[in-house]
Amino acid sequence: MADDYVLELEHIRKEYPGVVALKDVTLQLRRGEILGLIGENGAGKSTLIKCCSGAVIPTSGKIKINGKEFDRMSPQLAAENGIAIIYQEFNNVGELSAAENMFLGRPILKKNGIVIDRKAMEAEAAKAFEQLEIKINPAELVKNLSVGYQQMVEIAKAIQQNAQVLIMDEPSAPLTTKEVESMFKVVELLKSRGVSIIYISHRLEEIFRLSDRVEVIRDGEYVDTLITDKDPATIPNQVDELIKLMVGREMTQKYPPRKPCVRDEVVLELDHVYGNGDEDISFKVHAGEVLGLGGLVGAGRTEIAQVIFGSKPKDSGRIIFMGQEINPKAPRAAIDYGIALLPEDRKRHGALLTNSIKNNISMPIYERISKATVIDSKTEKTTAERYREDIQIKCPSINQLVRNLSGGNQQKVILAKWLAANSKLIIFDEPTRGIDVGAKYEIYKLINDLVEDGVAVLMISSEMEELMGMSDRIIVLAEKKMMGELQKDEFNSDTIMTYASGMIPEHKKEAV
Amino acid sequence: MNENKFAAAFKQNAIWLVFIIEIAIFAYFNPKFLGLANIVNISRQVSYYGIASIGMTFVILIAGIDLSIGSIIALVNVVCAYLMMNMGWNMWLAILISIAMAILIGVLNGWMVASIGIPAIIATFASQTIFRGCAYLLSGGLPIPGVVLEHPTFGFFARWSLNRWGIPGDFGLIPICAIIMVICFAVGSFILNKSYFGRYFYAIGGNEEASELSGIRVNKMKYLIYALSGFFAGLAGIVLLSRSGSAQSTAAIGFEFEVITCVVLGGVSVAGGIGRMSGVIAGVLIIGSLKSGMIMMNVSEYTQMVVQGLVLAVAVGIDCFSKKRQSN
Repeated sequence: MADDYVLELEHIRKEYPGVVALKDVTLQLRRGEILGLIGENGAGKSTLIKCCSGAVIPTSGKIKINGKEFDRMSPQLAAENGIAIIYQEFNNVGELSAAENMFLGRPILKKNGIVIDRKAMEAEAAKAFEQLEIKINPAELVKNLSVGYQQMVEIAKAIQQNAQVLIMDEPSAPLTTKEVESMFKVVELLKSRGVSIIYISHRLEEIFRLSDRVEVIRDGEYVDTLITDKDPATIPNQVDELIKLMVGREMTQKYPPRKPCVRDEVVLELDHVYGNGDEDISFKVHAGEVLGLGGLVGAGRTEIAQVIFGSKPKDSGRIIFMGQEINPKAPRAAIDYGIALLPEDRKRHGALLTNSIKNNISMPIYERISKATVIDSKTEKTTAERYREDIQIKCPSINQLVRNLSGGNQQKVILAKWLAANSKLIIFDEPTRGIDVGAKYEIYKLINDLVEDGVAVLMISSEMEELMGMSDRIIVLAEKKMMGELQKDEFNSDTIMTYASGMIPEHKKEAV
Repeated sequence: MNENKFAAAFKQNAIWLVFIIEIAIFAYFNPKFLGLANIVNISRQVSYYGIASIGMTFVILIAGIDLSIGSIIALVNVVCAYLMMNMGWNMWLAILISIAMAILIGVLNGWMVASIGIPAIIATFASQTIFRGCAYLLSGGLPIPGVVLEHPTFGFFARWSLNRWGIPGDFGLIPICAIIMVICFAVGSFILNKSYFGRYFYAIGGNEEASELSGIRVNKMKYLIYALSGFFAGLAGIVLLSRSGSAQSTAAIGFEFEVITCVVLGGVSVAGGIGRMSGVIAGVLIIGSLKSGMIMMNVSEYTQMVVQGLVLAVAVGIDCFSKKRQSN
């Protein structure tokens, strides 16, 4: 039984010109097990699974499926041998129905062999959804489905194609808490039916919840495989162990210490602000303070950030910044007041990937460092060099394109841009999403440095630990409204979750 | 690392190698190709492409397109000639007004693209049709001849050379329009490399949303860019009128595509965000000498079209192919 492997990767190596993405990775997946696969960003997880799908051809190594040996995979071979991959970005066509998506490229035809048999496809799709115990109308257009259901369509497609091995790459990243729960149920259901699953995730609690074993890779090399013990008492120790294996060093403190630095001066005050879907938001952020903004995805946190940053208009209420009422109509206006935003989706909204580090950093201040539209290139260069030094952006040169940096370093470039712009209030929207453990710590240290210098920080985070570990105060939103506020001594994940689900905790009710 | 740098520098300037090879081939088949007369001739022909290509470079850099420049040129021709010939206006005033009009058409394009949100290809195609129609309406479809005949100073833009000012020898043969083109290229390079506008253009072409969130007023920049495209097209129109001496409402039909060919050939990515002025200069020279060389080799006009189309497809094809290989 122990030797019943569905999928074995032996000594996989992948070289690109000038870079070795995978040095030597071995992976063994037993029949009917869930194998967690973890590693820092850039450790080679994505390359490894692409070797399984045929998207990447290994330089050397063997792939064994049910004992059959292959040098390489092709998408077709992978499908024939029952390997399916659920990528972070779905391969759905929004304008087609759920059923049509499931049979994309291999439609069921009517007897005449020309016309697509929509009825038959929908019936087959309905059967697949039933198997997964989920309720999706097969005729519904995929674009009208929630992200969670879109993912289910992909999973159902894999199952319909008789997948024996399901590889899931960060499946929970785009989902809301509720959707994650139903995805877990489906994954466990599949396991009980004998499907083997490789589950890749940054969120270690998910790994403990689901996996039987967990494999750690680091810098393109196999590190270790551990059997996960689901006993809650041992989990903290296991987490430490895994983090140690991932980063290759011990992480004693997850959150760096900070001197008390909250000042009395109010930097930003929202007074009954309505707009961008949000209703009646009021709060204050002080100089030197990290105000955490908690809540579930879709609670209206990003929306209020957009209003403050001027990228979305407010309907009513007052925004008071440094004692002066403001109404920024565009990000430029907000930036000129001293407001900055590090958006959640770094690659789409934050960094200018096709521009150099130097250009990214000076982007908000070009007009200031120019005379008669001519850029003072010396200032441009020294500014970039200064922040590269100050916040340790790891790069061979400031002329390098931001595209080629790791997630953590991209985040640092975006931060550098706002430091150069002399921001008084910095809004972090999910500051460490998709950033690996080691770089997270650095970002936290930078946030500490900021508040110690008197900058006000508004931090949106869906990670409960991060929210409680970094904030001086927390405000929780639910369904576009403010639910409650917690002082540092009241921080408690149950209270926050209760607020986030739109309810008021028992012990707080009397106070209201 | 050094080797990589060398390879990158080679790749960036490979377009100039293409130009040199092309010249060599034509010179081999026809020694007159490199003669002074022909070079002066090419520079005269090329100048109005070159001038218009600068605006187009900016537009394509932000992943836009301007299909209206051929019509702008025709309308500038007709309006300028009309003001001078039919209304007796002062030549410089007529030029000023027609270029101002070209800028306004650019602003209108900017308004449609930025404020209304019409895709650039449709918005500028609409202007192309509208202003070509205006040119026909104003001229009644008939040419307005005798512009340079009655206003000899108008010859300044394309017919005159430096020898007018007593500069002797070969150097004196350089036409004024070539000098105007060189100045325009210098201004274009300056905008792209030294002014913050250039940084903004590259940023917007790379990612509009992130640019807006970095503090660039993207819409304002779009207005500016389409206005600049209108301006350079207007200037090109004046040069054309000076050369032909007669305003035609049918002038410069399909001109935008030739300019797009030059710009794209010069390495400006239609996806936006990538491209250099020096590449565009090479692109303009390649297309200009290709035309002249083919005429000298008695290649028919129809064959010329085929060749030019092939050049465009191959140029973009090489670019896309190398990108595809890079991403693998």
